[in-house]
Formats: sequence, structure tokens, C-alpha cells
Amino acid sequence: MVYFFEQFLNGLQLGFVYALIALGYTMVYGIIRLINFAHGDVFMVGAYIGYFGFAIWHLPYPLCILISILVCAPLGVIIERIAYRPLRYAPRIAALISAIGVSFFLEYFCSLKFVFGPNYRVVPRALPLREWNLGGVNISNIQIIVILVVLGMLALIQYIIFRTRTGKAMRAVSFDHDAARLMGINVDYVISFTFGLGSALAAAGGVLYVTAYPQVFPFMGILPGLKAFVAAVLGGIGIVPGAVLGALIMGQVDVMSAGYISSQLRDVIAFSILILVLLVRPTGLLGKRGPEKV
Amino acid sequence: MKQLKSLPPWLDRMLILVAGVAVYVVVTAVFSAVRINAYWARVLDQGLIMALGSLGLSLIYGFTGQFSLGHAGFYAIGAYVGGFVGATYGKGSMAWFVIAILAGTVITGFIAFLLGLPILRLRSDYLGIATLGFGIIVKVLLDNADRVIPSLGGARGMTGTPQIANFTWIFWSFWLVFFLYRNLVCSSFGRACLAIREDEIAADAMGINTTFYKTVAFVLGCATVGLAGVLYAHRYPFLHPTSFDFLKAFDFLLIVVVGGLGSLSGTIATALGWVFLLEGLRFVLGETFLDFRGVIYALLLIVVIILRPQGLFSGRELGILVPRSVQSGWVRGVPPVQAGGERDASPGD
Repeated sequence: MVYFFEQFLNGLQLGFVYALIALGYTMVYGIIRLINFAHGDVFMVGAYIGYFGFAIWHLPYPLCILISILVCAPLGVIIERIAYRPLRYAPRIAALISAIGVSFFLEYFCSLKFVFGPNYRVVPRALPLREWNLGGVNISNIQIIVILVVLGMLALIQYIIFRTRTGKAMRAVSFDHDAARLMGINVDYVISFTFGLGSALAAAGGVLYVTAYPQVFPFMGILPGLKAFVAAVLGGIGIVPGAVLGALIMGQVDVMSAGYISSQLRDVIAFSILILVLLVRPTGLLGKRGPEKV
Repeated sequence: MKQLKSLPPWLDRMLILVAGVAVYVVVTAVFSAVRINAYWARVLDQGLIMALGSLGLSLIYGFTGQFSLGHAGFYAIGAYVGGFVGATYGKGSMAWFVIAILAGTVITGFIAFLLGLPILRLRSDYLGIATLGFGIIVKVLLDNADRVIPSLGGARGMTGTPQIANFTWIFWSFWLVFFLYRNLVCSSFGRACLAIREDEIAADAMGINTTFYKTVAFVLGCATVGLAGVLYAHRYPFLHPTSFDFLKAFDFLLIVVVGGLGSLSGTIATALGWVFLLEGLRFVLGETFLDFRGVIYALLLIVVIILRPQGLFSGRELGILVPRSVQSGWVRGVPPVQAGGERDASPGD
């Protein structure tokens, strides 16, 4: 039972990190119907910046998260400006190919020797590890920090989307671009803002990820990116609470199947669950099925 | 040209085969004349195998509009089934090579059938993600396959398949499938597929059995890439699960999209160009700048898709691919880029 609770906590930690990445996917998808495959690589850049912050520049930990956000948010905006905006009214698949191109670019560019270099790097501990024992279950300070930071950011996102003018504009644009534009909403600005916000979350997710799983390399974004994306789909892509729900499920599935069944087969289990859920609910757990029309 | 337009239908159907003989003779003659080195011969074979696999996705996505990101998974199934048959029973005999080809193609098609029946009910992006998941499942299972069948090698990779697929085998496998596809997309089957791609509900309302056509197109496309996999296994001595992960599925997808949806000539030209570009960059860049290969490739991809969002061929075909009777141009299927709207439709619309 103690083992179960420890696994549960690990799953929660992983799930919350996935949630940060999944939110970026789901917001971008909600607003321009684009699967932003480059998002996982923005997460990678964020992880590297965080790693430089506390391992090389020896900055205080909160400042590392902040710097990482300040680098990645403009990066997301620039990516949108250069690679996606020219394709906004092209067939949707063209923007997807462009996203794959951006993803390749970030991976290979960061692998260059004068950028981050192609090798794995071991990340030293950002914070001294402390563990508390609650009724036999070990809780580390890292788990607490990850969960608290993510909860804080989720509250912030919830506030931005539902309590601010920009958030209202985001919801309007995601509902109908053209009508939003006719109502005087600056659609280009809203889309840029969404990319910036999503990338900021990915950056914070990256820093938290390397704090919990101490290793960085230029292709590290692919798998967490994919898992987070699957989480967003599982919950119903384009729906913010759905992304968080999907990410928490995904984190538990990952950790539990590694802990109880087989760590090699955990991706098989995760993706089988995805396919089964999609067959039963084709638009995800919280997704609404719109009427089909010609 | 007037003469050409009045070709009898049977000759029109066979025209591609005649052209194939001509291309084969010219290419082999040039090869023996200039003594092409083994490396570039290998690259050409790789190009043909990629073109063959891409034709499969072209039918599934380019013509029928079913967004599949699991193509690499079927490529892997074909390669491993073919490789297993070749390595275990074949030992280099031609009869067993043919059996390996049949086994790889049929088993891949059958698995595609089993997967396609439930999964093709999903629409656009959701279908893409479900097939992406399938591709990853296949890859992880292959990583662990040596626990059940040791000769598959698992994460260590598989060796021991006899290397008997030469240019002649690969070229004619490719060309026969190409011939089949050309006649298929110009038939009522192809028109039904195009109708489904343009609007599934409208096609349904017009009495087209959408489930049937989607499933058949999916099975045929996957069996084709299975065939490509068998040839790959018999041409390149080392099979590894990472050669078939979802990045490979992206390769197929971007070849089909950059070539232009609904264009066989675009798919084939882009597949060959893509393989030669990646290998050519190695030579152009040399040892010192080799690291930049990925960067240049990525930038090229972004620039090309921004300049030609509808794809290089954008639904057009070379003249020889269009039957004389229908040269008025229904194959030019992809609608032009529209200003505004259309965001809710499935990708590629």
C-alpha cells in the first residue's frame, strides 16, 4: 500500500508536468486547429535554459523558471510569426508540415556544437533533496515544489482565460475567427499571445522536468511532448480542463504501468488506452461532439 | 497528339507498363555505361522503396483523405515479417523471397484491416492520433520482440536477412504497384475515394459506401508499404525498431503533402527527390559541416511548404498518368487555396 501511494505521488508529479505541456497544445489547437509539433521542442529549450540557470549560472531557483519563461515565450511567438502565420489560410495540413519542420529545426539546431551540443548532460540537483516520511510514504520537497508550481500556473491560466479581456478574446477567437475579427478583436495579437502563453507554460514545465528527472539532451522534448499531446487528446483537445485531466491520467498510467507491469511496455499501455478511449468517445473524455454537417 | 488521344482503352491502361520497360532499359543502360558506384545504386533503391511506401500513404491520405500517422508501423510489420521469413526459411532462395513478399504484404494488409475496421470511424486529427498511437505500439513491441521470438533481435536490431532484393526486383515491384494505382485512381473506385476526401457526409448521402472504400483504401495503402518493408529488409542488412518510429511516419506524411495531395507523380517525384536531397547534402556539406544537414533540411522543408502550401504538384499529374478519355482534368482534385474560413474541415481540405 505504501508502494502504491509512493507510485501515486510520482504519477501525480509526472502528470502535473505533462499538464503544463498539454495546456500549450490544447490552447493552440483550440485557437487555430493546429497540432503544434514544435511544442515539445520549446519545452526542451526551456529545460536547457533552466539547467543553465541553476547548474552553470548558479541563479536562485525561481529566477531560473522566470528566465526560462522569458526566453521561451518570445520563441513561441517568433515561431508562430515565421512558420505558421503565412499558412493560416492555407490547407490545414500545410501548417502541420511546417510545425514538423520547426520541430526538426529546433532539434538539429540545438544539437549543433556551438548551441547546446548533441550529448546527454547530467543535471545536478537544483535544490538539496529533502524527504519527509508521512505514515511510511516518502514525500520529497521536489514533488511538493512541482505540484505547487503547477497548481499556481493552472490557477493563473484559469484566471487569464476566464477573467481577463485577452482571455475573453481568446475564447472568442477559438469559437469563430471571422466573427471575432468582425467584433473588432485583433486576431493576430490573440494568436501570438496564445503561443506566448503556451510556450511559457512549456518552459516552466521544462525546468520542473529537469528538476525531477535530471538529464537534458536536444531530443528530450519528443517523448514528453508526445505524451502531453496524447494527454490533451485524451481529455478532449481544445478544452483546458480536459488537458489537465488527460495529463493526470497519463501520468498515473505511465508510472503505474512501469511500477506494476513492465517499464518497457508502458508506452504500449498508454497508447492502447488512448485508442480505446477514442473508440468509445471519439472526441476525448470531456470533448463535445458537434453536429456533423456538410 | 491527336493520334495519342484516340488510343484504344486497353492500350491506354497498359501505357504505364510500356513506359516502365522503357525507363528500366534506360536506367540499367545508363548504370552499366557510367559504372555507378554501389553507394548511389543503394540510394536509388532506397528512393524507390520510399516512393513505393509513399504511394501507399498517397492512396490513404492524398486520395481518400484518411489522416494516418501510423504508416511507419505498417512499414515495420512488412519489414519484420518479410525479414523473418527470409532469414528463417529463405536463406537466399528466390522462391522463398517471393513467399516473403507475399507474406509481408498480406499480413500487413490483414493487420491494417483489423485495425482499420474500428479505427476508421474516427475523423481527421483524431484518426491521425490513433494511428500514431498504433505506430508507437508496434515500435515498442518490436523493441521487446526478442523475448518471444529471439531471432527478431528486439532493441539490438535484426540481422541475417539474405540481401537478394536487387534493382530489378525493387524497380518492378514499384512499377507494378504504380501501374495498379494509376488505374485504380482513374476508376470508379478512385472517384469514390476522392468524393470521400472532399466530403465524407456528402459522399455518404450520394450512396457511396464510405466504410467500404475507406477500409479498402487503407488496407491497400498499408499492404503497399508492407511490400516496401519486405524489399527494405532484403536490401539493407540491418533492421532496427528506431528506423520505424513515428519520425519515419512523418517522413511519409511530408513526402505525400509536399508532393501535393492527390498526385501520384508528385508523391513519386518528391520521394525520390527527398532521398537524393538527404544523401546529396552529405556530399555537399562534407565532413566539417555535416552537423548542419538536419538544420538545412528543416529550413528547406519550412520554406517549401510556405511557398507551395498546396504541394509541389498540387493535384496535377503528368500527362501519361491521365487516361486520354478523362484528360479534361478531374484528377486535378485539390481545391485552390481559399481566403478565409474552412478551418473546421479535415486536414488537406
